[in-house]
Amino acid sequence: MSTTPSRRDYSLIGRDAKLAVETGLSAAEWYHTDIPRKQMKELMQRSDGPAIRDTIIWLAALILSGAGAAWFWGTWWCVPFFFVYGVLYGSSTDSRWHECGHGTAFRTQWMNDVIYQIACFMIMRNPVTWRWSHTRHHTDTIIVGRDPEISVMRPPDLVRVVLAFVGVLDAWHAMSDMLRNAAGNISAAEKTFIPEQEQPRAIRFARIWTAIYAATIALALYTGSFLPLMLVGLPRLYGAWHHVMVGLLQHGGLADNVTDHRLNSRTVYMNQISRFIYWNMNYHVEHHMFPMVPYHALPKLHELVKHDLPAPTPSILAGYREMIPAFLRQLRNEDYFLKRELPPTARPYREEFHNDAVAAAE
Amino acid sequence: MSDWVEACAAGDIDEEDVMRFDHGGRTFAIYRSPDDDYFATDGLCTHEKVHLADGLVMDDIIECPKHNGRFNYKTGDARGAPVCVNLRTYPVRVDAGKVLIQVG
Ligand code: FES
Repeated sequence: MSTTPSRRDYSLIGRDAKLAVETGLSAAEWYHTDIPRKQMKELMQRSDGPAIRDTIIWLAALILSGAGAAWFWGTWWCVPFFFVYGVLYGSSTDSRWHECGHGTAFRTQWMNDVIYQIACFMIMRNPVTWRWSHTRHHTDTIIVGRDPEISVMRPPDLVRVVLAFVGVLDAWHAMSDMLRNAAGNISAAEKTFIPEQEQPRAIRFARIWTAIYAATIALALYTGSFLPLMLVGLPRLYGAWHHVMVGLLQHGGLADNVTDHRLNSRTVYMNQISRFIYWNMNYHVEHHMFPMVPYHALPKLHELVKHDLPAPTPSILAGYREMIPAFLRQLRNEDYFLKRELPPTARPYREEFHNDAVAAAE
Repeated sequence: MSDWVEACAAGDIDEEDVMRFDHGGRTFAIYRSPDDDYFATDGLCTHEKVHLADGLVMDDIIECPKHNGRFNYKTGDARGAPVCVNLRTYPVRVDAGKVLIQVG
């Protein structure tokens, strides 16, 4: 599909990055729904119970499906086992990385740290680099040139979007970044968000991972079987589809360069299984507004603030029904976006600054 | 030194909670620990200048509301990414039901 050259410069060291800092769009004050402190405190409360329960289920399902896949290796019966294993390895680790990175999943910090490390390895995100990139994502959510985690840039690269479902490009970038970091090289873009004193740690993790992958490849060669790679590494490809399917909905087709999460994030109602895999990140506006609230309290938070938020998207399918046409339209007009309508009970958007964007989108 | 200032009444802060206190163009965070002791630090996170009083107190930790950075509010120690710089702490005493901090 042909696209016109983008007016947006997504480089973290480029023109729009500088502009965002100069204009105060970066590190701005974001809109928050008012919640009385007492209620907010209750919502923020941490507990180990829900995450321990979910982690036992997750690890048990991961081990059983992996064992089943290995047991039936060489027959068609291994396919359903790999299907489950792949999603648990290559998708549910996205949300485990995310929640444990915030430190909200468990009350006990070492538990967050352990699951964070495991999830980072499986989802192929350097634990240091991605902690800092996600910090920036929360400071400058979908601010062009500042947010390193914009998954669909404008105009959208639809080939890239489709390839994300099988993790090819992500894994390719993850592996080349890992090898580059393992060689002691931190890129100029990485240096914009990883503080200097943290950079040696990023290098150390890259080296440990390189050793693990090298050992896995050696085992595959030694045994003359793909099985080790089907269990370590490749699930990030064949199991990525679920986290991409739900992840694209977080911000896809919505506004950029605004400072109100109601305009650039999407809350989507979805089934219980997807919510288990995704650890409730479907309540995405709520998460961005109040990152202190643990995943298990997000449904409660949603009930409390929904009067002030755009109506949630009723299903994953409904999300794609609005997002795909928006992507197609952005191929012709990259300024187009889906403007979320607020209910009459909500506090209005700050017009002085969101009006221009709306006009450009018409 | 006479730079002790009255910040609030002891009962204004719940146990295991924090309150914002502005004085002389500066902002502070006053904490009441689960053991009913009082502490004070600078009010803004050393990472991106967000008010810590909107955060969560757990035992001797204050967690910043913006990126979940953690500090020990008794010592001011930063407890890991994304906070790297310690918080300044201030002496606190409780006198006749009032919380006083030495802001010097
Ligand atoms: S502003 Fe406090 S952790 Fe980032």
